[in-house]
Amino acid sequence: MALQDKDRIFTNLYGLQHWGLQAAQKRGNWDGTAGLIAKGRDWIIEEVKQSGLRGRGGAGFPTGLKWSFMPKPDPEGRPSYLVVNCDESEPGTCKDRDIIRHDPHTLIEGCLLAAVAMNARAGYIYVRGEYYNEHLILQAAIDEAYASGLLGKNAAGSGYDFDLYVHRGAGAYICGEETALIESLEGKKGMPRLKPPFPAAVGLYGRPTTVNNVETIAVVPTILRRGATWFAGFGRPKNSGTKIFCIQGHVNKPCNVEEEMSIPLRELIERHAGGVRGGWDNLLCVIPGGSSTPLLPKHICDDVLMDFDALREHKTGLGTAGVIVMDKSTDLIRAIARLSKFYKHESCGQCTPCREGMGWVSRMMDRMVEGRAEIEEIDVLESVTRRIEGNTICALADGGVWPVQGLIRHFRPMMEERIAAYRARHAAPAMPMAAE
Amino acid sequence: MSDVKLIKVTVDGKEVEVPLGATALQAAELAGAEIPRFCYHERLSIAGNCRMCLVEVEKAPKPVASCAFPVMDGMKIITDSPGVRNARRGVMEFLLINHPLDCPICDQGGECDLQDQAVAYGQDMSRYHEHKRSVTDKYFGPLIKPIMTRCIQCTRCVRFATEVAGVPELGAVGRGEALQITTYVEKALSTELSGNLIDICPVGALTSRPYAFVSRPWELAKTDSIDVLDATGTNIRVDSRGPDILRVLPRVHEDVNEEWMADRGRFSIDAVKKRRLDRPWVRQDGKLRPATWPEAFQAIATKLKGLPGDRIGAVVGGLSDAESIVALKDLMAALGSQNLDCREDGAALDASNRAFYLFNSSIAGIEQADALLVIGSNPRVEAPVINARIRKQVLNTHMPVAVIGAEVNLTYPVTHLGNGPDALRGVMDGAFGDVLRNAKRPMILLGRGALARPDGAAVLAAAWALAQSLNAVTAEWNGFNLLHTQGGQVAALDLGFLPGQEGKDLGAMLGGGVDALWLLGADELDPSLIAPGTFVIYQGHHGDRAAGRADVILPGSTYLEKDGTYASTEGRVQRGRRAVFAPGEAREDWRILRAASELLGHALPYDDLAAVRARLVAVNPSFARVDEVPAPAAISAKPAGDAAPLGSAPFTLAITNYWQADVFGRASEVMAECARAQAPTPAMAAE
Amino acid sequence: MTEAAVDHLDPNWRNSHAEPESFEFDAESEAQIAKILARYPEAKKASAVIPLLYVVQKQMGRQTGSAWVPRIAMDKVGERLGMAPIRVLEVATFYFMFNTKPIGRFHLQVCGTTPCMLRGSDDVLRACKDAGHLKGYGDTSEDGLFTLSEVECLGACVNAPILQVDDDYYEDLDYDRTVQLIEALKRGERPKPGSTIGRQTSAPEGGPLTLLDVPGGE
Repeated sequence: MALQDKDRIFTNLYGLQHWGLQAAQKRGNWDGTAGLIAKGRDWIIEEVKQSGLRGRGGAGFPTGLKWSFMPKPDPEGRPSYLVVNCDESEPGTCKDRDIIRHDPHTLIEGCLLAAVAMNARAGYIYVRGEYYNEHLILQAAIDEAYASGLLGKNAAGSGYDFDLYVHRGAGAYICGEETALIESLEGKKGMPRLKPPFPAAVGLYGRPTTVNNVETIAVVPTILRRGATWFAGFGRPKNSGTKIFCIQGHVNKPCNVEEEMSIPLRELIERHAGGVRGGWDNLLCVIPGGSSTPLLPKHICDDVLMDFDALREHKTGLGTAGVIVMDKSTDLIRAIARLSKFYKHESCGQCTPCREGMGWVSRMMDRMVEGRAEIEEIDVLESVTRRIEGNTICALADGGVWPVQGLIRHFRPMMEERIAAYRARHAAPAMPMAAE
Repeated sequence: MSDVKLIKVTVDGKEVEVPLGATALQAAELAGAEIPRFCYHERLSIAGNCRMCLVEVEKAPKPVASCAFPVMDGMKIITDSPGVRNARRGVMEFLLINHPLDCPICDQGGECDLQDQAVAYGQDMSRYHEHKRSVTDKYFGPLIKPIMTRCIQCTRCVRFATEVAGVPELGAVGRGEALQITTYVEKALSTELSGNLIDICPVGALTSRPYAFVSRPWELAKTDSIDVLDATGTNIRVDSRGPDILRVLPRVHEDVNEEWMADRGRFSIDAVKKRRLDRPWVRQDGKLRPATWPEAFQAIATKLKGLPGDRIGAVVGGLSDAESIVALKDLMAALGSQNLDCREDGAALDASNRAFYLFNSSIAGIEQADALLVIGSNPRVEAPVINARIRKQVLNTHMPVAVIGAEVNLTYPVTHLGNGPDALRGVMDGAFGDVLRNAKRPMILLGRGALARPDGAAVLAAAWALAQSLNAVTAEWNGFNLLHTQGGQVAALDLGFLPGQEGKDLGAMLGGGVDALWLLGADELDPSLIAPGTFVIYQGHHGDRAAGRADVILPGSTYLEKDGTYASTEGRVQRGRRAVFAPGEAREDWRILRAASELLGHALPYDDLAAVRARLVAVNPSFARVDEVPAPAAISAKPAGDAAPLGSAPFTLAITNYWQADVFGRASEVMAECARAQAPTPAMAAE
Repeated sequence: MTEAAVDHLDPNWRNSHAEPESFEFDAESEAQIAKILARYPEAKKASAVIPLLYVVQKQMGRQTGSAWVPRIAMDKVGERLGMAPIRVLEVATFYFMFNTKPIGRFHLQVCGTTPCMLRGSDDVLRACKDAGHLKGYGDTSEDGLFTLSEVECLGACVNAPILQVDDDYYEDLDYDRTVQLIEALKRGERPKPGSTIGRQTSAPEGGPLTLLDVPGGE
């Protein structure tokens, strides 16, 4: 049973209606916000905990728990901050873009509610630099909200003062890492910080800060209005709720769609994206949750469920739910090599294994595409990825080597064939070589 | 210190107690486990980026960077497991893939952290078959030679420049594998501490330009000594090979220089070979001619014979060792002269109490101060390492600093109160007066520039009175500080090398008050002021300005060529050691004086170094307390200050050209290049 | 043979003829700066470094037709924000969207990451080269109209492949439609951004299958 429109949170996902306040209010945004705030910080956190909401930015950390780490209001009046991560840059991911350009008020209202829950008096929405036109809409929506008293002093008539700002990045995937994002917001290079201390203790401008993904924040108003139980009713236990999936690649009709968590991958693709190009049997593999998640070969795709736990069982993850579908015509090694190039390009350069290792992996992968390698170098490649993994400050490096590991795990014979084919094409007669 | 909470952690099964807040790396070191590192440096902020110091912590999901990981009670740390070793081997492999294998031509070879760690964690062959990275070299000035392809991006240099030197001119631009260290403009770094970049660079990316391709570390004889080119008392190691001094490096002394060193002391050593006086000279028929030692001594004896003591005088320069100062003083006494002076700049120093001319708060004491008033000084060039300590305190505690005198960039924020004595007179009436009044440990830092003027004595008295009025001259804290500019000055004051009761001072001696003038390393005075007809004996090491005016030249030794005792501006007595022999016929200075005394018929009563040093102690017991600074004491006395009243002329600075501020700097080609590099560009000068 | 690293610095940048003699913010930029600075605490105004670098880049685009950030303007940004110039340079070279060298009138930014690659970004690249007379990535056409760059995932993957022209995304492209777009740019037209096949944003081709029944709908 598929999700019904009445249970969709992002009712203007495709921008069929106007993004503005008036239309948003007709869709139910900003309905009784002050009343929700009146129920207090503890109630909001408890509802979010009960809803089972897990972060939609990739890591899947329980949202209510994260909020509960934020300290009580500072006796000296020093601020805490809410920072919303809209640095959506994980290849395969384009859901937050739709939220800020089509449903910005769900996000803005969510920011106010989340701010109340974490005692934040100011929030910054960090939008990736390339979303220029999108950030203009978000800014306009915020201006509208201010003009209507929904933000600023006594926001939405709640008695709570809250300011919200948009901050644009400038082209750095790493700024999606929460501490790199904070550094960037402070006017520095987006280089992840050492942890501890964690942002909830020392974050933006040295103050307690929580960084949440756009989608995570944007679902909160509806959860609070319709109740934790309603949200928890979708998906499997610990994987609850609805989720925006971005279905792309070799499908007949790529699209974004909000669906129930734990929906079978095949159903997701066939119901919403017109099925795999050339039919299900033409499927080669799927990257299920954005580029960092290792690919799944077809036989797993046949019946895997799209949620955190099911995908983890297959050594991959839900990530951002960017579903990249590849049919049998794909040069899979090239597809993964292009991801390696991406991570090499996006490494901040701070940690040795990532700075040096990503280039190494990328160059080896480029040779693997041609087959210009020795069979044993597949093992070297694997070993290099293992030496990178887990040894850096942030998870970019891990996400960067997992696709390669997934390729080797599931498609090693393809790599060996490629090498053999290259050999065959370039088999040089032994004697003339020796004679040189 | 005593109220720090101790916690127990286990390192490789061994339990150790560490202070709360310690890092895993510190705990491991306490437990005797060695942790390799590149980016971590205990005097810089923690970057945690090289990943070499990874350790395992029980229950942590992945290895942690021990340099940045705070330990907690009961934590179990494993520094040597297969996982840890593999992680470190991985880091080493990654560092080496793009590092050139040019160790045979790299100046860091033999003292390279990367080389050393590669022995422990490297592999015998490379698995890397791709293109290696090359990085464009940058220009860091005449002292630093960057070979940026060797850089491992640890960012120590960026952090040193930004944090310690206070010149945010280095950065890491770009990102990923294209991340590279650079200056903002192709211009020399504007710091007097740049040589330390060479020391902190763990690889051969930043090396010494003057030392390039000169030697290998294992060829060097190492001599511990003291830098006297400023009055900090920086502990140094002199590296020499045969007769040549090849480089000078700082040694760690936590209370003096920590592990830093100023550039002039480090890089002006090429002057040891330049314009040296390597034989005696005697003026004959108006021209200097080479002479033998006996001839030189004879010429002196002939001149001095029959001269009454009050027509003979002596001046010692600021780089002199205590041994030669006491020998010259004793010789003058034997000749019946009280005409002595050690204040080449004419500064109104008062030696009646040691506290009147010392940096009483002590250098380490800067880190207890809570307010600082600088009067007529630019500590950044007069004592770069001390200035770095002040900066550290400003950064750590936001210590307020105010300046009276020339406005200069001290690398930390200051309030400028005025240019001259008027501002000093009114200091307690202004806002900074409240800062000083509320301070528990205020410091007043008085520069030589504020004293070398007609009203110098009044300035000294006023500054001292200010310190007393702030209740800052007590047994707990002495906030009065005089910053000298040369390492031999305080010993000369300690030995009383000043006019006796009937004696003439520098001005009187130069102005015809004496017929014979013995200049011992007196290179800073203006020889044109010496009255015509005065017979000048110049004893020193360089053919600098005073030597040209001499009638007899006695070739002496630089501080690097003799065993010498020095007292720093904080009164710390330290010993320099001879690293090489002086060139040619040049000799150690006290021995020259001892030999001269014999020929002059007043043989000094000491024949060896031990005896001279016993004499030092006899003259001033502080020479027995090596490497100690005097404890603060309540002092009710005041400097005389009875000369001219406070004037109104703005204070001038003792040093305006850092690189060429002394005889070494003036002889050094390296320093000349620095002076050129730091000067405004011609285009700017023309404006 | 060694592979030259990307060198962000021309050591002789002062002598580079591209570098303007001076840079001052114009009135339009000043108005933007005032709004930008209001977003951050006064003591934390370094936060405004990325926004101000954008202001510079936009102003250069307005004034010279080439949207880039000269070094002399980085000095101005540093002055305005109390930052050392080297810190501004670090930021300007870390973030990919700042052009530290002059570029053409139109910046053609081809997304080459896997999701676009799977949907034909090779064709988009080929079309850019053919129609824009460009040799490859990094090239600026001789007429100064176009600079071609490869960018990483633009975050519009369900509408792949994407070409970003300056600030605008053109989606669902193929070779022919890319050529048409570039020809239009040459004519001084600015086609409407978004899907080039008339799709409703990220909905499936042919029309939405969901959200057909939502409150507030007309």
